[in-house]
Amino acid sequence: MLSAVWSGSVETLRAMWITLKHLFRPPVTNQFPSEPVAVYPRFRGRHVLKRYDNGLERCIGCSLCAAACPTDCILVIAGENTEENRRSPGERYAEVYEINLLRCIFCGYCAEACPTEAIVLEHDFALATYDRWDAIITQEELLEPHEPEHIRIRDDRVWVEPRWGHIK
Amino acid sequence: MDWISLILIPAIKSVLLVVVLLTGFAYLSYIERKLVARFQVRYGPNRAGPFGALQPIADALKMVFKEEIIPLHVDRLVYVLAPALTVIPALVIWAVIPVSGGSITIFGQTITPYVADVNVGLLYILAIASLGTYGIVLAGWSSNNKYSLLGGLRTGSQMLSYELPMGIALASVVLIAGSLSLVDIVNAQSVVWFVVLQPIGFIIYFISGLAEAGRSPFDLPETENELVSGFATEYGGIKFALFFMGEYIHMITISALATTFFLGGWYGPFVGQIPILGLAYFLIKVAFVIFLIIWVRASLPRVRYDQLMRFCWKFLLPLSLLNLAVTAVVVLLVG
Repeated sequence: MLSAVWSGSVETLRAMWITLKHLFRPPVTNQFPSEPVAVYPRFRGRHVLKRYDNGLERCIGCSLCAAACPTDCILVIAGENTEENRRSPGERYAEVYEINLLRCIFCGYCAEACPTEAIVLEHDFALATYDRWDAIITQEELLEPHEPEHIRIRDDRVWVEPRWGHIK
Repeated sequence: MDWISLILIPAIKSVLLVVVLLTGFAYLSYIERKLVARFQVRYGPNRAGPFGALQPIADALKMVFKEEIIPLHVDRLVYVLAPALTVIPALVIWAVIPVSGGSITIFGQTITPYVADVNVGLLYILAIASLGTYGIVLAGWSSNNKYSLLGGLRTGSQMLSYELPMGIALASVVLIAGSLSLVDIVNAQSVVWFVVLQPIGFIIYFISGLAEAGRSPFDLPETENELVSGFATEYGGIKFALFFMGEYIHMITISALATTFFLGGWYGPFVGQIPILGLAYFLIKVAFVIFLIIWVRASLPRVRYDQLMRFCWKFLLPLSLLNLAVTAVVVLLVG
């Protein structure tokens, strides 16, 4: 009886000491829309089509990405490059390049299949739209550099329990 | 001109108390959410106004504008009456609590810092406090729903059980103070607070107070995971808010009583020279006890119902009786 009272009191006080310690720690909540979310450099988010430094598109319209895609969400229709209209260094370029984000599972196979490293998965994860048709993103959207404000790229070290107060 | 001192001044003081308590309730809900959030390393409400300070107003507006739903199967009269029955007793207790020392004289009228100095103040408090149980039991009964009924019955037996150790712990305070009047009990603590003379009594009172107010870890009445909020299942909108209000005002009342009985009421350093300090000391002590209650809520998990009952009847009640007996003997020997 007495030992039960003693251990119960000790446990209660220990619990209260732990919560009291936490009271003075800064909150760990990420205030998402107003504060950016940190993702790993290799996080697979929304696709981006890359260009060469001279402005030519990397994509050569080979459709290997569409072939590699397990959900068949990529549509590529190739066009022939001519001297007047040269969009990529190879023979052909992608005239239409569309990705249906509702079907995409962000596996990254398209990026692995791409011979010119034209398509890569970057860090945007906030992909909600008001209209289902807007979930199909077109070549124009994909070609633009896409670095939204709500994303921050964290360093690539393996996540360890952060020391409180050093989390930012 | 007796009506001024008999009716007008008490009425003004009552209105003041009610306004202060209702505002206190609103901001207590905000402070509790904020504090519990910080205990859990979160921010808590921070969207409405600076630091979320307008949150209580947003909550109140939301509650008021909710659709009033009275289920068909309830006992309408009792169902509507029950929320009020939980709020009123928690408010009425404040009539006898002295919130400050001394008294002020304005226009020849002496204004005391309490509504009434009842010579059986403690009995009044115990009687009124048990009335609060009616609201909850009747809410459970009139809702005509098995969860509500179980919740109401649980609350009834919990409150009745914990009233005993609470009353006995307060009885040992009365033995030392030699009076049932709250003003005299506070005055008896001018030298040394009763928490020093009655540490066990204070702990028993605090634990029973948690159970009386239905606060964690004794928040069995509203166990949302087993009883779908117990007695409050069928209530919504402003009627639910009234239960909420009753619980929070009860919490303030429990803290004020703890202050009055054990923490020296409005006494503190330099209170003799500057009387207004008494009110400040009182408020600080009440805030401290409220902080303790919230701290306990953030720390301890809810007990099981059999544990709740066993703890009361097999531990708290014998301990309080022992405490009372020892106190009585010591008081007899010393004084």
